[in-house]
Amino acid sequence: MNGYEFTFAGERLTALGSGALWWRERRLLCVSDLHLGKSERIARRHGIPLPPYEVTDTLDRLSADLERTKPETVICLGDSFDDAEAARALPEPARLRIATLQAGLRWIWIEGNHDPGPVAIGGTHLRELTHGPLLFRHIAQDGAQGEISGHYHPKAALRLRGRNLTRPAFLVDTARIVLPAYGTYTGGLRSDAPVLAQLMRPEALAIVTGATPHAVPMPR
Amino acid sequence: MPQLPALLTDWFTAKGWSVHPHQQAMFDRADRPATLLIAPTGGGKTMAGFLPTLAELATGQHQGLHTLYVSPLKALAADIKRNLRTPVDEIGLAIRIEDRTGDTSATQKKRQRADPPHILLTTPESLALLTSYEDAPRMFAGLRRVVVDEIHALAESKRGDQLMLALARLQTLCPDLRRVGLSATVEDPQAIARFLARHPDPCEILLADPGPNPDIAMLETEEMPPWSGGGAAYAIPAVLDQVRRHKTTLIFHNTRAQAEIFFHNLWLANDDGLPIGIHHGSLDRTQRERVEAAMVRGELRAIVCTGSLDLGIDWGDVDLVIQIGAPKNVKRLVQRIGRANHRYNAPSKALLVPANRFEVVECIAALEAVRAHALDGDPRGPGPRDVLCQHILIAACSGPFDANALFAEMTSAGPYADLARSEFDACLEFCATGGYALRAYDRWQRLQQRPDGQWQLRDPRSAQRIRQNIGTIQDTDTLKVRLRRNRGGKPLGEIEEGFAASLTPGDTFLIGGQIVRYEGLREMVVEVSRRADKKPKIATFMGTKFATSTQLSARILDLFAQADWPQLPHHTAEWLALQRRVSRLPERGRLLVESFPQDGREHLCVYGFAGRNAMQTLGLLLTKRMEETGLNPLGFVATDYAVLIWGLEATTDPAPLFDIDSLRAGLDQWLAGNAVMKRTFRTSATIAGLIERNLGGQRKTGRQATFSSDILYDTLLKYDPHHLMMQITRAEAMRGLVDFGRIEEMIARVGDRIDLVRLDRVTPLAAPLFLEVGRVPVQGAAEEQLLAEESARLLADAGLLT
Repeated sequence: MNGYEFTFAGERLTALGSGALWWRERRLLCVSDLHLGKSERIARRHGIPLPPYEVTDTLDRLSADLERTKPETVICLGDSFDDAEAARALPEPARLRIATLQAGLRWIWIEGNHDPGPVAIGGTHLRELTHGPLLFRHIAQDGAQGEISGHYHPKAALRLRGRNLTRPAFLVDTARIVLPAYGTYTGGLRSDAPVLAQLMRPEALAIVTGATPHAVPMPR
Repeated sequence: MPQLPALLTDWFTAKGWSVHPHQQAMFDRADRPATLLIAPTGGGKTMAGFLPTLAELATGQHQGLHTLYVSPLKALAADIKRNLRTPVDEIGLAIRIEDRTGDTSATQKKRQRADPPHILLTTPESLALLTSYEDAPRMFAGLRRVVVDEIHALAESKRGDQLMLALARLQTLCPDLRRVGLSATVEDPQAIARFLARHPDPCEILLADPGPNPDIAMLETEEMPPWSGGGAAYAIPAVLDQVRRHKTTLIFHNTRAQAEIFFHNLWLANDDGLPIGIHHGSLDRTQRERVEAAMVRGELRAIVCTGSLDLGIDWGDVDLVIQIGAPKNVKRLVQRIGRANHRYNAPSKALLVPANRFEVVECIAALEAVRAHALDGDPRGPGPRDVLCQHILIAACSGPFDANALFAEMTSAGPYADLARSEFDACLEFCATGGYALRAYDRWQRLQQRPDGQWQLRDPRSAQRIRQNIGTIQDTDTLKVRLRRNRGGKPLGEIEEGFAASLTPGDTFLIGGQIVRYEGLREMVVEVSRRADKKPKIATFMGTKFATSTQLSARILDLFAQADWPQLPHHTAEWLALQRRVSRLPERGRLLVESFPQDGREHLCVYGFAGRNAMQTLGLLLTKRMEETGLNPLGFVATDYAVLIWGLEATTDPAPLFDIDSLRAGLDQWLAGNAVMKRTFRTSATIAGLIERNLGGQRKTGRQATFSSDILYDTLLKYDPHHLMMQITRAEAMRGLVDFGRIEEMIARVGDRIDLVRLDRVTPLAAPLFLEVGRVPVQGAAEEQLLAEESARLLADAGLLT
């Protein structure tokens, strides 16, 4: 599999090039910050009609990851919907598509700041979830251990022999993992931003997404 | 025919002046719907434009706005206000004159809308904003005349297209509105006249006496120009000598980076401490204003500058213009030369300084073109549709509109006279719903059709956002540079974000003529300290990379065709003669291709003379073709006149490489994922209102909520590749940075007349290309490979092996 394997809280985890986290032993796939319905929200709020294809594209990529990993459990780590109204207004084909993806799986929606509270879409809705030694929540908290979160949309900026490269990245240290945003219409926060530099321990790695994920010391 | 009022003629007489013939001619034609005046700088052009206004207002009868003056520069509006004030006050006319630009205070702006002055001086952007208000009909009621200054500059850009759409709007509000355009010398006055006039109104063209021919020559230097490069450092002593011998010298450069380097070197050699300043678009506004003020006070002996000083403000005392580097374009050279000696009937004096040996040829060709009054220029093609989309949104802000009426109004604007109804409808659809193949926004349309068929904003509050986005000038992604202090030091200017990202603390670079040390990035401001002991890196500024014009390229080829070259310096003539002996010289109507081994690699040099952008594109397409045919190219470098490709195999038959259909197919594939397309998309999508302009300070604060426009481009390419925005992007890129049009022209011109010359070593004409910067490697999976190496190295260094 196209992934970067590492040990975290005693578990073997794989950071996939797509930005999803794969826990092979528990057959669990975790993605964060899908922001489904973002173009709908922007049209509603600001009147700007962005290309309305991001739901399709995000679900296409998720579908490919499900196909490859064949998980039993899927955790969406919050901000799965750009807001509650966007979740309600999700077009029928997209709802059907999600239902198809969910078939036969344990599907957990963790709530995020964009989508607090349950939405009328199948699956279990939770504030956070503890699974073995791992704790899944949307926003990282101080002093946590074995914590897996999203929210910040981390990305890493590298200089490669005179070429600049910025890509979404997993941030990993001994206490926590921050997942990159999975949604198509998402931006990123560079790992050298103060909030991330303070959150992550000095030995933190950034696992850069792409065709083949690579780990580098987290740029700060 | 009306006579000039005695008030005005008396004033002229009192001043000891007489009315210029072209000023009288403009006055005589005051009733025409549109008139274009072409006059040299300093020819009393502005007065010619305003005489009818002053005459009509002298009666004291007119209420409200009478004349609108539009210029491309804020500074010009302020300057004209001062210059008009003098006659108006001296004659004692009760005329209110005000300017309105981005710098005008909010209270002043509000008052102007409620109680407009007689004469309002503004810019295309401020005017577009004014037409977006619901009270525009009241404000413009009574408007009689509009004067468009420096129309030759506006006609070359989207700012001019926007202005003409705004004038079409004003003409609907005030059907008797008369238009006047004021232009510098241009190659095709008819095109400017069509651009200015309401279609299909006639527009008479008045040509003022162009004045004496300029006194123009190539700067003689003791040292020979180098083989390549653009710095012209060799000419510094000679340039300083000229500065010493003149009152005030403008030293023009083609790029900001070159201006910075030259300024730096000039000061290193400036033993007399002559007061010399620098002025370019990336410098902080207060810095620029300080230089301008010092210039007006006559305190500077020279200013190193770029296109930022191409236009406008009258600085009377300039008596010499020096152009560093080949002028690329004869028309711009003539306009620059006109900056010297703003007095009518005095010849302008200018010197050209070639930066390298090839530019010697180009400078001589340009000198001959100036003497022959042969200006160049490329027709601009139909008005761009992104500007049209913005204007539809502006119309919606001012109130509900009827689509038929708006189409009729827009097609009365010169640049849009040939717009098809179907194209307009597609733009309207885009503004209303996004115009996607997948209909998605039925509930949240931006524009809605009312039961009576009129279109209006769904949410009136969106007018505010649309207004904030008005304009067609793009800020490239730049970051401010400040001296590091406790509380925000002195602002120095801006550098490109890409360049900023390549800096590490301790690196030094040049800005505003000083070497500074990069300390770090704080809140998206580049903080620096002063530092003068290290060799600086060169900051990159986007600027425009001008390509040598088609006409100037043709003149160079004609020069090559001469039997000998008495007009060239000896060293350059020798160089061309040697090229003719060992290989041949490029000719019009043929394509010279040289093939030779050098340094263990095979080289192919193609003398296409199609301009830098097209030659760069040709390099990319040829290497792609060579890759397919197993010629294993490794890289290439392009200039205005040639592309040099190196690789593993020798090319024996170049003809198949230049098959236009294969090149076009390659272009389509290559374009799709290209950074040039993404940059073009961002520009057009911002103008068309799909992306909001980056409002100062808010941009890329690293908030995760904002995402790159590249994602929108990739999404459209994947799901809706024929969308209007993709069509616009492609059209723009083809005539802009990709410039494929000139490749097609070149191939059509050349046909099968391709001359392959096989040599055993590099030729005199190809040798300078080996020294060119900007080499492009041909790559496949190179980026992933680099990333893997870097990851391994960094982890090993950090002792973090997994």
